[in-house]
Amino acid sequence: MPADFISSLFVFILSAFLGIELIKRVSPLLHTPLMSLTNALDAIVLVAAIIIAGRHETRLSTILGLIAVAASFSNMVGGFVITDRMLGMFKTGKAAKKS
Amino acid sequence: MTPADLQQLIDVTYITAAIGFILAIKWLSSPVSAMRGVLVGEIASAIAVTATLFDPQVTHYKWIIITLIIGAAVGVPLGLVKMTAVPQRTALSHAFGALSAALIGIAEYYVVAPNVPKFQMAEIGLEVIIGSLTFTGSIIAAGKLQEWLPQRPITYKGQNYVSLTVLGAALALMVALVIHPEITYLFPAMIGVALIFGIMLVTPIGGADMPTVISLLNSYAGFSAALLGFVLSNKVLIVAGALDGASGFILSVIMCKAMNRSFTNVLFGAFGQVQPKVAGAKEERPVKSASPEDAAAILAAANKVVIVPGYGMAVAQAQHKVRELYDILTKKGIDVRFGIHPVAGRMPGHMNVLLAEADIPYDKMMEMDAINGDLPQTDVALVIGANDVTNPAARTDQSSPIYGMPIIDVDKARTVMVIKRSMAAGFAGIDNPLYYLDNTMMLFGDAKKFVSEIVRELSGGH
Repeated sequence: MPADFISSLFVFILSAFLGIELIKRVSPLLHTPLMSLTNALDAIVLVAAIIIAGRHETRLSTILGLIAVAASFSNMVGGFVITDRMLGMFKTGKAAKKS
Repeated sequence: MTPADLQQLIDVTYITAAIGFILAIKWLSSPVSAMRGVLVGEIASAIAVTATLFDPQVTHYKWIIITLIIGAAVGVPLGLVKMTAVPQRTALSHAFGALSAALIGIAEYYVVAPNVPKFQMAEIGLEVIIGSLTFTGSIIAAGKLQEWLPQRPITYKGQNYVSLTVLGAALALMVALVIHPEITYLFPAMIGVALIFGIMLVTPIGGADMPTVISLLNSYAGFSAALLGFVLSNKVLIVAGALDGASGFILSVIMCKAMNRSFTNVLFGAFGQVQPKVAGAKEERPVKSASPEDAAAILAAANKVVIVPGYGMAVAQAQHKVRELYDILTKKGIDVRFGIHPVAGRMPGHMNVLLAEADIPYDKMMEMDAINGDLPQTDVALVIGANDVTNPAARTDQSSPIYGMPIIDVDKARTVMVIKRSMAAGFAGIDNPLYYLDNTMMLFGDAKKFVSEIVRELSGGH
């Protein structure tokens, strides 16, 4: 078993447990924004896509990497835009009257 | 700066990004801090991506810039869709996320092939299988939600066995690749089988199960990104993927509980099929119907009103009229709140977003458990476009397919008013005894039109 795997597993287990604890506390009001936000965060695979595409090793790996760049960046941008929009709509009674 | 220094700097930005991601989700615990959470998430992502562009491994920029622009051109419109279209947008973004994770795994394989170390082959194989099946599964889910594909579950005899065999075949191909990495043609075969399995996984699920499916796909998309992090030893992918995977998993569990069903039941049960027995046995029973004038008079005389919205309200585009009704009743000093079932929309929390869009304050949106205790003291429960989530048969009738499902106990209110187009059965094809109760009044008509007539009556009369 490679040493990298052990440290990756370590990070994974800690993050998953932390995620479960944090997400349990997210208000059910915000479950839709939660899904769009985690989607946008997940789009950080973009960094791996940039490296695969930018390394320019084979024609195939570059093309696949570039498609991944477009797909993940669209998720990142779109996910943040829609999460922002949705959260902007949530107002309390007082704030809603002011606006 | 030497390349080694630069690499370390990039690693620092990845750690920063991971911290930002965790804070982003932490601050989503309340609508007050949620905006700050998104901002932190955006900054964290921007830092990590910018740093990566300076990675010494990256030597070719032209096409990366072009594809980033394409990504933004696709992403921004997808961020600006209508709130009713958010579920299909979300399914599509699961598809994109899974697609990018799968493609990177595939590219990595072909860079290393045919001399792939066994352990790495297993990681790549698993990652590509999950990414591929999530991709096609999410496309099917998006198609169903967009109503391009039939929403009813499509099933055939022995389906579960066929599906499991296909999944088994994909896993068998992966094992074969681990043992014989040099047989490279097995790899595209494995991808193809996984893609087919994704279609077979989601096609038989539909109807009321869509919120669960979308959460499950969210979970798979997250785990495929985390697995990619294993393949590339990239820890920020593991953190983001684990958070996303955990989120999808928890939402799936919440959705399953809200429908009193188990995971296996959702995956293999094909809920939402037409129930021929129930539909056939339907008898003509008397119902009481009322006019907008009657409804307005009863509402005006109430002290406490609970509105129970369902997806039908959004389909009729009635939420803005409902907001007017809320305003006019609140001005009369009537306490108006909204009772929201966890599966009321087409994805978790969807109904809250639809109401928030109509400027209904979030402190008036109550969860099912919070509102149920108050319903016996409620004068009027007004059901708009919801059906199965108010069906008292879930509490009383053991033979009902939804028996045991937690519902909003509108039948306990003094008066129940149900706005409904006709007496047709709901999404799950189950008859609703609520409509025949003595304290129930049926308001037949289009939700938007009916609510605006009530509003006109209330504002004109006083």
